[in-house]
Amino acid sequence: MGLGVYLQLPAVQHALIAATLVAIISGLIGPFVVTRRAAFAVHGVSELSFTGAVAGLVWADNAVLGALLGSLVVATGIGLLGVREGERDAAIGVTLAFGLGVGVFLLSRYHASARAAQNILFGQIFGVSNAQLVLLLMVAGVVLFAILVLYRPLLFASVDPEVAAARGVPVKLAGLVFLFVLAVTVTEAAQIVGTLLVLSLAITPAAAAHRLSSRPAVVAGLSVMFALLAGDGGLLVSLTRLNTTNVPASAFITAISFAMYLLARLVGPGLVRRRRHVQG
Amino acid sequence: MAEDATVRMRGATLRFGDRQLWAGLNLDVARGEFLAVLGPNGSGKTSLVKVLLGLQSLSSGMVEVCGQTPRRGSTHIGYVPQQKAFERDVALRGRDLVRLGLDGHRWGTGLPSRNRRQQVERAIAAVGATGYADAPLGRLSGGEQQRLRIAQALLGDPSVLLCDEPLLSLDLSHQQATSALIDARRREAETSVVFVTHEINPILGMVDRVLYLAGSKWAIGSPDEIMTSETLSALYETEVDVLRVRGRIVVIGAPDSAHGDADGSHHHHPVGDDHDHDSAGPRSWV
Repeated sequence: MGLGVYLQLPAVQHALIAATLVAIISGLIGPFVVTRRAAFAVHGVSELSFTGAVAGLVWADNAVLGALLGSLVVATGIGLLGVREGERDAAIGVTLAFGLGVGVFLLSRYHASARAAQNILFGQIFGVSNAQLVLLLMVAGVVLFAILVLYRPLLFASVDPEVAAARGVPVKLAGLVFLFVLAVTVTEAAQIVGTLLVLSLAITPAAAAHRLSSRPAVVAGLSVMFALLAGDGGLLVSLTRLNTTNVPASAFITAISFAMYLLARLVGPGLVRRRRHVQG
Repeated sequence: MAEDATVRMRGATLRFGDRQLWAGLNLDVARGEFLAVLGPNGSGKTSLVKVLLGLQSLSSGMVEVCGQTPRRGSTHIGYVPQQKAFERDVALRGRDLVRLGLDGHRWGTGLPSRNRRQQVERAIAAVGATGYADAPLGRLSGGEQQRLRIAQALLGDPSVLLCDEPLLSLDLSHQQATSALIDARRREAETSVVFVTHEINPILGMVDRVLYLAGSKWAIGSPDEIMTSETLSALYETEVDVLRVRGRIVVIGAPDSAHGDADGSHHHHPVGDDHDHDSAGPRSWV
């Protein structure tokens, strides 16, 4: 079958819509993740959404709902345990270790399908149901709204917390709200690329964008664009390879994402130096 | 002077648990006055900054900035924080930092605005930073970053410019340029300057009065009145010698680890022209 034929299939269309939504919100929060050095928080929340997903499967036969609720609990935990920046990494590590243990325990109680667990870890992009798509759409809307409303205070609090606090920005609250937004985004991204590969959409595109510009709006735009290229691009590539291989889309998504980062590292320094020279 | 004061404190006391930072502090900062706040580490200099910013309440006593109790986000105060370099890769240009001082506390992304752009442009030009305002912030020198911070602080045309160790980790020429900029501003716009520092050296020629905090005690007066063996010995409750050597002030014996000088001494520039605020004589609570 050719690519055109695949694109007629509802499952493929659903997958494309889902990948697009996830790429947009991941790309949007990415620059904040990089600036706030929250990469480990992304990793922690994504791995723990595995525990939430398994719990959801065991008790309600609904991995997505479990993952969403679980990630909110985890974000609250990280927020409360790691109030000071120095404590944050340790708090995430502690929560992560315990949560994964719980996940392993729950998985041992769940006998329905080993495949389900693998899908949670590595992503199952072609199994997006109508209900899931609607939920994803709502989540994306909420995340988009939250980021747009929070944009300036969150940027201020992220780059210059002391002055931001003096100017009346509720720095701690902004951080906590961001953590929630992050948790929800990561959980949604996890359904597409899997909990283990979330970093490829939530961090890599933003890290690449940071190499190419120092204008906040440009970095945000590039980050979303790179995430879209990786998410949708990886999906399309995996479709063209379906006849010959059975490699999950997440493998291609991470590969494209990483390639863009390498490219940005190569051309980035020259770009930034030249701009400094021209302006200075 | 009191009616004209931008900052007023009466019987201001701050303690954390058993530890008393300062007590019964009375202070009036006049319009256009340059007040240096000196003292060893842990004497409550930064806490004083927080009180004025409305981030910390007093244990007792009264504090007012422009006739109002300090609150977060007040436009009466422009704040220049401790000089701390930005991350090299921070996604911000110089002008973005300045702009955050104008509308960074507002919700939303903000629509493009010509008025705002011009305001930011003027503030950048006023500190002479136009040449590098579009460069990545993280690639600028400490002195250049500090100039942009001052532009950010002055954007709302505040009545008080509050600087917390703004010269820390700057080299000598940048220290002079930065302090000259602050001095020029208070002369032109009558902005009061409250300048927290552990080293009076680079600013002594500009300072009208010194507030010296040490071990829950304080003294206020002109540099000539405060930087004496008598006053500092009384503050530190130990024998401190203040010498003037070749036009410099050298303090010996102050129990202050913060200076980092091997011999516990620090050096000061010669005292500049006198200002009329100083005529009241030293008032202290020692």
